[in-house]
Amino acid sequence: MTRFLAGRLVRAVFILLVITVSNFFLIHAAPGDPAAVMAGESGDADPQFLEQLRERFGLDKPLYVQLGIYVSHVVRLDLGYSYRQQLPVLDLILERLPATLLLSLSAFAVSLGLGILAGAMAAARQGRLSDTLISLFALIFYATPLFWLALMAVLLFSIELGWLPGFGYETVGAGYAGFARALDIAKHLVLPAMTLGLFFMAVYVRMTRASMLEVSQMDFVKTAKAKGLRPRVIQRRHVLRNALLPVVTLAGLQAGQLVGGAVLIETVFAWPGIGRLMFEALSQRDYNLLLGVFVVSAAMVLLFNLITDVLYRFVDPRIRVAS
Amino acid sequence: MTEFWKRFSKHRGAVAGLVILFLIVLLAVLAPFLFPKSPWAMVQRPFLPPFENATYFLGTDTMGRDLASGLAHGAYVSLLVGLVSTVVSLLIGIPIGALAGYFGGIVDDVLMRFTELFQSVPSFALAVVLVAIFQPSITSIVVAIAIVSWPPVARLLRGEVMSLKSRDFVDAAVLSGQRSFTIIWRQILPNTLSPIIVLASMMVAAAILVESALSFMGLGDANVMSWGYIIGAGRTVIRQAWWVSFFPGVAILLTVLALNLVGEGLNDALNPRLSRKGRQA
Amino acid sequence: MNTIGTGEKPVIHPGSLKRPEGEPIVRIEKLSIALPEGADRVFAVDRLSIDIHPGEIVCIVGESGSGKSMSANALMGLLPDLVTVAQGRILLGGENLLKLSANALYDIRGRRVAMIFQEPMTALNPLMKVSAQIEEVFEAHGLLTTRERRQRALDLLEEVGLPDPQRAARSYPFQLSGGQRQRVMIAMALALEPEVLIADEPTTALDVTTQAQILDLIRRLQRTHNMAVMFITHDFGVVAEIADQVTVMQHGQVVEQGTADEVLLSPGHSYTRKLIAAIPSGMANERPAKEKNATGPLLHVEKLSKTYFMGSGLFGKQRQVHAVKEVSFSLERGETLGIVGESGSGKSSVGRCLVRLQDPSGGHILLDGEDIATLKGEALRAMRRRIQMVFQDPYSSLNPREKVGRIIASGPIAFGEDNAAAYKEAERLLELVGLDARAAERYPHEFSGGQRQRIGIARALALKPEIIVADEAVSALDVSIQAQVLDLLEELKRTFNLSLVFITHDLRVAAKICDRVLVMQTGEAVEMGSARTIFENPQHTYTRNLIEAIPGRAKEARIAALASA
Repeated sequence: MTRFLAGRLVRAVFILLVITVSNFFLIHAAPGDPAAVMAGESGDADPQFLEQLRERFGLDKPLYVQLGIYVSHVVRLDLGYSYRQQLPVLDLILERLPATLLLSLSAFAVSLGLGILAGAMAAARQGRLSDTLISLFALIFYATPLFWLALMAVLLFSIELGWLPGFGYETVGAGYAGFARALDIAKHLVLPAMTLGLFFMAVYVRMTRASMLEVSQMDFVKTAKAKGLRPRVIQRRHVLRNALLPVVTLAGLQAGQLVGGAVLIETVFAWPGIGRLMFEALSQRDYNLLLGVFVVSAAMVLLFNLITDVLYRFVDPRIRVAS
Repeated sequence: MTEFWKRFSKHRGAVAGLVILFLIVLLAVLAPFLFPKSPWAMVQRPFLPPFENATYFLGTDTMGRDLASGLAHGAYVSLLVGLVSTVVSLLIGIPIGALAGYFGGIVDDVLMRFTELFQSVPSFALAVVLVAIFQPSITSIVVAIAIVSWPPVARLLRGEVMSLKSRDFVDAAVLSGQRSFTIIWRQILPNTLSPIIVLASMMVAAAILVESALSFMGLGDANVMSWGYIIGAGRTVIRQAWWVSFFPGVAILLTVLALNLVGEGLNDALNPRLSRKGRQA
Repeated sequence: MNTIGTGEKPVIHPGSLKRPEGEPIVRIEKLSIALPEGADRVFAVDRLSIDIHPGEIVCIVGESGSGKSMSANALMGLLPDLVTVAQGRILLGGENLLKLSANALYDIRGRRVAMIFQEPMTALNPLMKVSAQIEEVFEAHGLLTTRERRQRALDLLEEVGLPDPQRAARSYPFQLSGGQRQRVMIAMALALEPEVLIADEPTTALDVTTQAQILDLIRRLQRTHNMAVMFITHDFGVVAEIADQVTVMQHGQVVEQGTADEVLLSPGHSYTRKLIAAIPSGMANERPAKEKNATGPLLHVEKLSKTYFMGSGLFGKQRQVHAVKEVSFSLERGETLGIVGESGSGKSSVGRCLVRLQDPSGGHILLDGEDIATLKGEALRAMRRRIQMVFQDPYSSLNPREKVGRIIASGPIAFGEDNAAAYKEAERLLELVGLDARAAERYPHEFSGGQRQRIGIARALALKPEIIVADEAVSALDVSIQAQVLDLLEELKRTFNLSLVFITHDLRVAAKICDRVLVMQTGEAVEMGSARTIFENPQHTYTRNLIEAIPGRAKEARIAALASA
């Protein structure tokens, strides 16, 4: 297990390194002076600051030297300085990270849990009304643009019905503390987490259903029937457990999309996470901040992948015992 | 071919999807004739609600532009971007997957590490970064979508090729003196066609979603009207004019839904479970 | 209306009507099972009637598509969704199973009727420990406490002869061999001492020595528990070994019924006679030894080795598997050499090294004195036309997207022959292997397994090779087809003065067509000699075990004696 984790960590570090290097080239590929790109001002930044940047990153030196300097900065977690926001990029991101983690983890948990449940239900009642309804629901949410769904949710639940807050992380100026604050944040979390979760829930419903139907054709399910087990037990113990393996794999692969979806959701709900930060960086043409957010979001995806890998090993004895 | 249609039409949703898709394509093609004026032109008072004016039955947006015209012209952009970016990602993914699967060993290792790299990156964020840095345009959007969507193609192809390669007919081709290129081209790739077609139809759908999201974020091509852009522009006035954001969203939903349904139908028609018949003793 | 094609009446021997004891435990009456619309026939099973008495083993024999497995599934109440029972009754102890509620059926399954399947590799849940899967049988019927269940599971594993029951109980299925998994399946089936055991081709996927052990086990347990057994098989050797009563089925209909002796020794129906005649006798004919060529053998293999490396990578430990260990043999022009062994013996690796689909790890392969073991690139490609191969699986060996003509012609075309000439030659070859020249215009899926194998042979011949390596070339075929394909190979071999390397797990097949036989076990050659010597005077213990394990040898000898008298 430790060997496995070590292997995965080495891989993750390698991937982050490659992303850093490509970031460097992206900065140089962007039209205009790299220093200006890094400053995020498209030309009208403070000349003194640009000069300082040129010196720090050796922008007058050959490209490979620049690359070395850039990577060494990133390795030391120095993601640069946002001239616009007057703060180091890393500080900006760290400040926003908890909100994003809260949003994406709760969306992940909700979508995976409910998705598997609904998918299993649909498969067990294949061809009946409940299956048709669940499948239809999944089909529709699988095709719905996330940001539009978010807008419509705000329109309906926040503006028209007034049930839930549609913007922000907590009620500004309310001065809540302790449990009251947690409750307030939870209320704000419902809409963004649900809309982000719905699309992925649709993915897991479809996957679980298909996977269960496939597993129920397998020989060992016939063995279970021949034992005289009731369908309910067969579904839960034999079919579902085996059907979950591909779903877990998919969940790992979907992590990247989940983080990407968070960018959109945070934009709509003014959720103060790194997705919103990305949007701000975009509208201010703060490329350095943009790339910083990108690296951190990639790191988040790698973390998600690691979690699902560990989960997979926990579920499948063939991998667990063999190693 | 008749067998194909028989199996495809058994999936009623797929037939419905095909009809919807046909109508949307028709709308996109006829847009310049149905709405000869530029979709950017201001034609009525701003905030005209839908179903009040017969000419502008879907109403107008914040600038008094015809929403229906925007939808029709946007259909063309969405379909075009979806189609072209899918073709580009197939062109990247198929060779990579085929080479990795066929040659295995170190070639496979290198190509798959490369693919994994792209899969470990949050794809939408990467698309945002690419389009932002290379400046929003139809080309940069198509390229960005292709770059973030080829890895599944490569993985599918690799898996298919690996399983086909272990079939005896490939060994037989080796023994009959055919060269690697001939074997990949004549023996293996024709057998991967059906899963590729199915995946491609789903990829067009996904690409349309990504394109609309990019435009929504303000990263659309400034010269073309697109569904995502209209929703983004209507976002801030959603209290006053819900319809501006609502209708384009429905259009995206229907298009993507139709493509996914067609994909399912194609899957039923092209990949029947032959193995399950025939094996029953 | 009655028997398809011939119109021949089914033969019912008196032994199937006169039974010793009283009531049968299972009585199937005029059972018809309808296939879904658009299938190749209306009924999967057509008016099947069978009685099974306690303590009796009834074999249902037939080739693929005969409806034998469908009958077994019907008795278990496990028919696939698309088929339906059209008429008839299935009585278990006088009660019609077809009229029972779903709940009543749950109580019967596993408790009164149990079943074991063909594929032990896939019949167990890969994610559950063996013990838990056996305990489940008791749980399903609400019997015993958790502790008692665990103990019973251990006892059962011991009873079915697993060497280390404690360890087996703790294992996951993937940690057991095929034979061991089939024992676990049997333990599970026995758990509640059912009155009826259904065994659906339970030994078909196993090696011959394992098969003999499992057959022994089923026979022993059947006696000690006085069970009724319905045994589904395609193999008359297995029938001879185990059956009390036999029912032969063809296209869903019964063609012959009687006691084992009646059916085996005096088969009345032409189809049964054909099936029995198709079994290779297991006795080698005397063949004149091939004269040695003055210039030495055509192929000389010296200390051939093949080692596989598994589980490499940055953090994985590398494991070596020695599939072939220093095997040497030679092949004369016009000779047929059999390489015989069970799965894991390395016989297929030898074959794949000979045609250079794999690179040998060591040793030499001398073809007319030239070492082809290390050839590369164009030299290797040029050599390929001299050694061709016929593959095991007629379904995966032909590209489904190429027309048959192209499949055969692509070899000569790759070697620079003119397209038109290559296609013309392909048509000639198709006729030579007993197919119509027009087959060239069709796709592989339009042909049956036997026909596909003929196409595969035509493809191998297209390059005019000197040696053909046939890797289990008839194993996937029904016995009656097997015999035809073997005859074709013999004939072609003589016509073209080919040398044949015939790789098989089936000693009977080897005996039928080989001049000399090489026996392999775990990568090593243990014995080599003329086919006759190997069969009549085996020297190595392993060879003797293999020969003894051939099912139904004693009875077959009697059949053969009767036939020649």
